[in-house]
Amino acid sequence: MRRTLALLLLALPASAQDRRSGFEDMARETQAMQRDDMQNPGMLWVAEGEERFNRDCTSCHTEASMRGVAARYPAWDEATGAPIDLAGRISACVERHQRATPPARESQALLALTAYVAHQSRGLPISRPTDPRLAPALAQGRALYGERRGQLDLSCVQCHDDNAGRRLAGSVIPQAHPTGYPLYRLEWQGLGSLQRRLRGCMTGVRSEPFAYGAAEYVALEIFLNDRAAGMAIETPAVRP
Amino acid sequence: MARVLINVPRSAKRGDIITIRTLIQHTMETGYRPNAQGEVVPRDIIRRFTCSYDGAVIFSAELSPAIAANPFLSFTTVATRSGTVTMTWEGDNGFAQTETRPIEVT
Repeated sequence: MRRTLALLLLALPASAQDRRSGFEDMARETQAMQRDDMQNPGMLWVAEGEERFNRDCTSCHTEASMRGVAARYPAWDEATGAPIDLAGRISACVERHQRATPPARESQALLALTAYVAHQSRGLPISRPTDPRLAPALAQGRALYGERRGQLDLSCVQCHDDNAGRRLAGSVIPQAHPTGYPLYRLEWQGLGSLQRRLRGCMTGVRSEPFAYGAAEYVALEIFLNDRAAGMAIETPAVRP
Repeated sequence: MARVLINVPRSAKRGDIITIRTLIQHTMETGYRPNAQGEVVPRDIIRRFTCSYDGAVIFSAELSPAIAANPFLSFTTVATRSGTVTMTWEGDNGFAQTETRPIEVT
């Protein structure tokens, strides 16, 4: 029995065995900050999102129906015929169904709503993007992840796969699993999306980042979710 | 109005030590940082926090530019009698916010 188990474990790809959320590499104080909703500044955005949701969204949606939604995004958007991430979906909903001006990317309103919706899925596993229509974007995301960029000529793989767990200056290089977005980053002194984080890495290697909402970011997010499938959602996470 | 998260126990036994925890949304702009145009962003911080319990000040703090955004404060007091816990934040640009929470002491 034990041998079959060991064989089963061996059969899994290496990345599936020892995947760890960035949470585990944080200082104990920062972990405590994330664990305690009273100390977690991200909960301020969740509270604002809840207020906005109850004011603007309850004609169609309920709080209960939002559970698990964040775990299956990015998803396929029928109207545009393209993959769409959670923040994009909320913007599109405002534009199409409320006929209002959609909130800008990284605006307080959109971050708050996204954080609130994603918070409803806290603890649920990220689901693998299995929709066949997402396959091209998944492939594009995988290619982008492995593509060398910028003046430093680095790809995501070189840090986040090859050297994950080692240090870049004083910080542990995380495995880049997007488990807690939008998250409160101490460096930002605020809440930010995965796209903002990706921009940070891109400017870090001196490459031109994509514009907010670009298809490339959605593709990368699909690939990262595929890579992190099964890991628990932590929104709103806290990171250093 | 800034968004706040406050944790004051609803009820306590007389003589119990209670913990009061507050988190307020505020940029705490230091006054030393340049913006994208190279101009220094004017200081915008919370300067003072006061907490009174049934009219008497039980805790106050002076905040400085070195304190991070969205300051979290946690302190303890002894539950003496039923009443109101009043928390006030004051800061630059006329920032002032007061929140109250009732506490029942048995």
